[in-house]
Amino acid sequence: MIVNEQVAIDHGLKKDEYAKICELLKRTPNITELGIFSAMWNEHCSYKSSRLHLKKLPTKGKKVIQGPGENAGVIDIEDNDAIVFKIESHNHPSFIEPYQGAATGVGGIMRDVFTMGARPIANLNSIHFGSPQHKKTKNLLRGVVHGIGGYGNCMGVPTIAGQTSFDSSYNGNILVNAMTLGLVKKDKIFYSKAAGLNKPVIYVGSKTGRDGIHGASMASASFDEKIEEKKPTVQVGDPFTEKLLLEACLELMAGDSIIAIQDMGAAGLTSSSIEMASKGNLGIEINLNKVPCRETKMTPYEIMLSESQERMLIVLENGKENQAKKIFDKWNLDFAVIGKTTKSKKIELYFDEEKVADIPVNALVENSPMYDRKWKKTKLPKKNKIKKEDIKHLKIIDVLKKILANPNVCSKEWIWQQYDHTVMGDTIQKPGGDAGVVRVHGTDKAVAASVDSSAVYCWAHPLTGGKQVVCESFRNLISVGAKPIAITNCLNFGSPENEENMGEFVECVQGISEASEYLKFPVVSGNVSFYNQTKEEGIKPTPAIGGVGLIKDYKNMINMEFKEVDNLVLVIGKTEGHIDQSLFARTVLDEKNGPPPEVNLFNEKNNGETLLKLIDNNLIKSAHDVSLGGIITAVAKMCIKGKKGININKPKYLINEIEYFFAEDQSRYILEINKKDFKKVADILNKNAVHFDELGTISENELYINDKTKVTIDELSTSNKSWLTNYMSK
Amino acid sequence: MKSSVITFPGSNCDRDMDVALKKFGFKNKMVWHADAELPKSDLVVLPGGFSYGDYLRCGSMASKSKIMQSVINFANAGGMVMGICNGFQILVETGLVPGVLLRNKYLEFICKNVFVKINDKKNKYFKNVHNEILEFHIAHNEGNYFCTNDQLKEIEDNNQIAINYCDENGKIEDQFNPNGSIKNIAGIFNKEKNVLGMMPHPERMIDTSLSGEDGSLFFKNLINNLK
Amino acid sequence: MKISVIITLKKDVLDPQGKVIHQTLEGMGYDSINEVRQGKYFEIDTKETDNVKAKAKVEEMCEKLLANLVIENYKIIEPK
Repeated sequence: MIVNEQVAIDHGLKKDEYAKICELLKRTPNITELGIFSAMWNEHCSYKSSRLHLKKLPTKGKKVIQGPGENAGVIDIEDNDAIVFKIESHNHPSFIEPYQGAATGVGGIMRDVFTMGARPIANLNSIHFGSPQHKKTKNLLRGVVHGIGGYGNCMGVPTIAGQTSFDSSYNGNILVNAMTLGLVKKDKIFYSKAAGLNKPVIYVGSKTGRDGIHGASMASASFDEKIEEKKPTVQVGDPFTEKLLLEACLELMAGDSIIAIQDMGAAGLTSSSIEMASKGNLGIEINLNKVPCRETKMTPYEIMLSESQERMLIVLENGKENQAKKIFDKWNLDFAVIGKTTKSKKIELYFDEEKVADIPVNALVENSPMYDRKWKKTKLPKKNKIKKEDIKHLKIIDVLKKILANPNVCSKEWIWQQYDHTVMGDTIQKPGGDAGVVRVHGTDKAVAASVDSSAVYCWAHPLTGGKQVVCESFRNLISVGAKPIAITNCLNFGSPENEENMGEFVECVQGISEASEYLKFPVVSGNVSFYNQTKEEGIKPTPAIGGVGLIKDYKNMINMEFKEVDNLVLVIGKTEGHIDQSLFARTVLDEKNGPPPEVNLFNEKNNGETLLKLIDNNLIKSAHDVSLGGIITAVAKMCIKGKKGININKPKYLINEIEYFFAEDQSRYILEINKKDFKKVADILNKNAVHFDELGTISENELYINDKTKVTIDELSTSNKSWLTNYMSK
Repeated sequence: MKSSVITFPGSNCDRDMDVALKKFGFKNKMVWHADAELPKSDLVVLPGGFSYGDYLRCGSMASKSKIMQSVINFANAGGMVMGICNGFQILVETGLVPGVLLRNKYLEFICKNVFVKINDKKNKYFKNVHNEILEFHIAHNEGNYFCTNDQLKEIEDNNQIAINYCDENGKIEDQFNPNGSIKNIAGIFNKEKNVLGMMPHPERMIDTSLSGEDGSLFFKNLINNLK
Repeated sequence: MKISVIITLKKDVLDPQGKVIHQTLEGMGYDSINEVRQGKYFEIDTKETDNVKAKAKVEEMCEKLLANLVIENYKIIEPK
């Protein structure tokens, strides 16, 4: 097949990109080479629209062992233990085929983690769907949940936390972001940097099929006419093989034969081999006839671009091949020596004794395009004035019940009961709390993790929204008693070629940077997903933040269940009454404009750190951060979880009841303390200049407000728990 | 007491079971499915997981693995064999216990705490357990126990039902049946009651920080009964 | 009349189940197998009496529900 500009365009390359390829090669590429360039230079692999801005993110810190740029980030949790973690999107495949799309998303992120030598110990996910009324939503939700469970459950890794939201901006573009945490010994971390000449390059795992070969690159009609039937773009996940691959890799890693290892994810053999060579400043030579193939007559083009799952590429020490092969034989997995490292600094491919590709590695990596896309700044919207007559007739309990049953607030038990969240025997905080917590097996330590996003805030004002998501992650970890260490981010946006969407990206990243810098909560890994749009309509900007923190003694973990009658309930952090962009404004007043709540990083840090002090002093019985739905929603959830009631007295400053209870001001937590500890707690809070309100006292089974309005906890619980179950069973 | 936990490709509760057995005093060995010989054991456990990916039918392919012949011989000679979750599915596929395990009635994987009522204490698994009701944990997609009417009659006549799903007060009713099992069956014995298959995971209930402690009760009692 | 439908994964789609069943059969001594592919079989008893119409309806069912055309093919077995 002859390569020309049109073929390049059909591969998703731009005219000037094609010209640059010809210039770099000093000749016209052949079809295999063009395929390789198109895979390496697409947005997903090259980060060409985002790279410039991602540089702003703070990525270093005392606890950071490995920042972005490897398969996953790594942080130090002391005693020679480290946590490897990352979040990644699988949005487009999940919309086409929700089960397989979500399943392979989970599979991919687990591979990223165990590639580095870590045994996965927890999965999380952030999933976003269109409006519940949209005709596709229910099936997509069911398929995605089954897919996540199908893969994670089979792997025997608990799914400990997650986030599900509904918004019509996802009607044509759902988001499926999967996150995995793995545990590794600090001195046994594996990287993807190849080293040494003439070292064998090994292929292990499943065979290569024609799965997922680049949709865009298939547009060329000059291939076989039956191309659609021949080239499914959806990959099918095989969690059983991945489980074997995990065990086999960890067994091999226990020895000292691996120089470098990289999983074959997006752009399969192409990106994995090139990344290893590029990081090691080496060349790689591969004989494609040696690659284990599932189908007959696969071409070099197909072998290089296949996205078949459950495969790894390894650079081994010389002479260790037989020993390694024995392990993979035991686990019934393919093992093939397919090439070697060279000093050429080129990627050289052979097929049927012919050289089929010859590309300098730096042409693919260092010389890949980078764009400074045009972007538009979002002004801070004007505040709305709530009219007294709009809220006068509202009854707090009715509003509360409505909010508890809102799809974005309601209990997601229907979802997380389908995930095995207790396998591995270390899950000490299950889904449904502020963060999931797993013990570090065999120690007193525990790791907390949560995943958050606030698309509405990000849409209203990306800079504030970006900051807010990081803060919310920080709060969720602190609420369970964990010291926040680092984050991973999954940046889901519309088209970078649209100035507004690009602006949302740039400013959200700016906000994330500012917050993570201030809170010393660096970004150690992540992924960008652009083009989440239907026609011209982009999704609401949805950066998802996965946060990880450490609890030194797991017995000091806190949850959000109210514990004991007569205990005191406090709110820490000042309530100003910010209603714009709150769930209350959007669902009760039907007001969609206005700025999101302001983020004050000083208060955020101070309130959080002070709460950690209280927890360390064993003064806190339960805690929960205040987010969607404000104080009363947070309190109601603590009542429901703990099966206790509360007598609430609204503090008598400024704002009215509605504003006090439903405002979404930031940096706030609800705390339960024992009455006798009040003085101690108040002293610590005052000494640290943390504002607090005395909200009420825990009672048997009713929520009382100002001694006049009341509702039973059972009633609130029903509002909270029935929406999703009813929706899915209809 | 010596125990052996069999690891099949795809087992994923083998480590959890190893931790639990050792915690309560067993000297446990992990045994690879491709081995032919079973080490000398007082108890053999087929752990939970997704052996062979649960492909074809759960437990079907594991039941054909090399070690299983030795396990079957061991059981037929009166040896104690316990299958948990996927292990239970393997046991039914070998025929060591009667019946089959179908997909959950609501077609969804389910992971939560449940209550079970002990139906029979004249066996080494539940003898001397003081409680009538235990809080256990389930995590499965195919735990819907089914058998023919004739089999059911035989099972009941021989008192082979080990535990039934119930509420916290021991009421055995449909609404407390998480997966559609006949008669709320959560676990059954073979005729001789040396082989036990059950869906709940006692090994996930061995610590107050986890889902609960009724698993501790079960294991402590089990090792005492074997002494 | 009864119409049968066989659903199989498209030719190049990975069939994890088929693969593992193949390996197990080999382990049991059946060593002459090239490949195993697993599929689904449906029997649809319809009130329709016209062969052509019935077939067309079942075809529609396959397209709309029974088969996932992203990864599966279907084959209708004509009533006798």
